Amino acid sequence: MLRLPAFRYHRPETVDEAVALLARYGEGAMPIAGGTDLMPNMKHRLFTPAHLVSLNGVDAMKGIRVEGGDRTSRNGSPAEPAGAFLEIGALETLADLAAHPAVRFHAPAVAQAAGLVAGPQLRNMGTIGGNVCLDTRCTYYNQTKFWRHALGYCLKKDGDVCHVTRVGRKCVAAHSADTPAALIAHDAVLTLAGPSGARDLAAADFFITDGIRNTRRAGDEILTRVRIPVVPGRRSAYRKLRQRSSIDFPLLSLAVAADFAEDASVATIRGVVSALGARPRLLSGWDAIAAGTRLEPDVVEGLAERARRQCRPLDNIIVDAEWRRAMVPVYARRALRELAGDR
Amino acid sequence: MEIVRLRVNGDERSCGVPAHYTLLETLRYGLGLTGSKQGCDKGDCGACTVIVDGRAILSCITPVWEAEGREVRTVEGLASGMETHPVQDEFDLNGAAQCGFCTPGILCSSVALLDRNPTPTREEIRAALAGNLCRCTGYEKIYDAVEAAAARLST
Ligand SMILES: Cc1cc2nc3c(=O)[nH]c(=O)nc-3n(C[C@H](O)[C@H](O)[C@H](O)COP(=O)(O)OP(=O)(O)OC[C@H]3O[C@@H](n4cnc5c(N)ncnc54)[C@H](O)[C@@H]3O)c2cc1C
Ligand code: SF4
Repeated sequence: MLRLPAFRYHRPETVDEAVALLARYGEGAMPIAGGTDLMPNMKHRLFTPAHLVSLNGVDAMKGIRVEGGDRTSRNGSPAEPAGAFLEIGALETLADLAAHPAVRFHAPAVAQAAGLVAGPQLRNMGTIGGNVCLDTRCTYYNQTKFWRHALGYCLKKDGDVCHVTRVGRKCVAAHSADTPAALIAHDAVLTLAGPSGARDLAAADFFITDGIRNTRRAGDEILTRVRIPVVPGRRSAYRKLRQRSSIDFPLLSLAVAADFAEDASVATIRGVVSALGARPRLLSGWDAIAAGTRLEPDVVEGLAERARRQCRPLDNIIVDAEWRRAMVPVYARRALRELAGDR
Repeated sequence: MEIVRLRVNGDERSCGVPAHYTLLETLRYGLGLTGSKQGCDKGDCGACTVIVDGRAILSCITPVWEAEGREVRTVEGLASGMETHPVQDEFDLNGAAQCGFCTPGILCSSVALLDRNPTPTREEIRAALAGNLCRCTGYEKIYDAVEAAAARLST
């Protein structure tokens, strides 16, 4: 039996009310959406906020639609006008995202990533907002208080050593959410609402290399929506390595997205790898290898090898880091082959 | 203590709970509905699965306040009176339960699946039950039972 620490539960109905509650209670308050990350973490005493601000009554943070361009459409029709974007309310569940025709059509990697998170009940509960704001994970951190006490705690919570690097003064816990790599590959923009108004931030700029707190979100800010540009000719794919394909967190995750020209050659291509370090990593040098090609096998090989050279996982998850690294080119190849059209 | 009002298996129920109770704790210790099981108690195992507004969710990590105003269905509410639900019946006939600890959660995931998709393929059944761990049966007899129940429901 794992008991929750005591807290007061607030149920605001607007973004402004929610932000005001977070601002009023400061460090003592946290937002909660599906609760699938926060509840287990609170049971482990990783967080003990005195106030939980539930976002689930904020209807303005729900809905998936295609907006902009010169018309609004709810279906995923191929003829979306330029300048359109897919707008996803932060409270949308991963199950709904994975099944939504417009998401599957315009941002296949995002739909695939959402559909590969955890297991079915958790996808019915967990939201895209909570997924983007997910706490980092580490073998020495996601444990009960009793377990962590026996080990002497660690830098990220209650202690002063890192059991992964042993010497380092920096936490290297792993970013472990599935959708962010896909969102970054799709140039998604996040909207954060805070006490002084709303701001937009590229998903690519949202994460920082600090395992203790790996996002630029301030404590009293709420992620209200995710916007993904609708780009004609853009295709994407997502692959995830995990122990049990039924429920587990990623040991390695990889999203690729490419814009294809009319002649089916690559105009630009992006690869994003995550679940290795504290933030998703946008791979460099891919355009130089693949632009102008049709992702022929030798090009795919070049991209996969380039990805492997940029990834050096640490032992932050209790699965052999060398194996996780060795799987980078394997998963890159698989995702790229899907892009090239031969699965 | 605060009063929480829930609609469980068609009944309006209310009871006093500490503000930090989960839905599972409220069902088991507030309302005496001990069918839903407290397994890992942190979202891994699926033994606490109940159906809320038609969807299978994990009650051990659901703050009880999130269930207010919604339709909660637990294993106790699957039968109609003395008439077992076909899924329950087929679990019995197919030997799909051994120790039985995971069974209430698996029954709820199965019923939520069949309510939405009355003719699932075996692959869809496996996917729908992926979040329910069973350490006894090896799952095959469970899939057989859900398949048989689906066949029975669609005739
Ligand atoms: C057994 C198990 C397996 C899992 N496997 C995976 C997996 O494979 N991949 C994966 O990605 N995740 C996994 N998860 C984690 C989790 O279920 C998902 O990441 C889910 O999307 C989290 O969303 P949520 O709405 O439940 O978040 P919550 O738990 O409600 O919140 C998570 C964090 O984000 C903050 N937050 C939530 N919403 C907002 C918002 N709108 N604005 C600002 N802050 C916010 C909360 O304060 C909290 O810190 C797993 C969880 C469990 C228990
Ligand atoms: S990486 Fe080190 S400091 Fe961070 S959670 Fe793991 S053990 Fe703790």
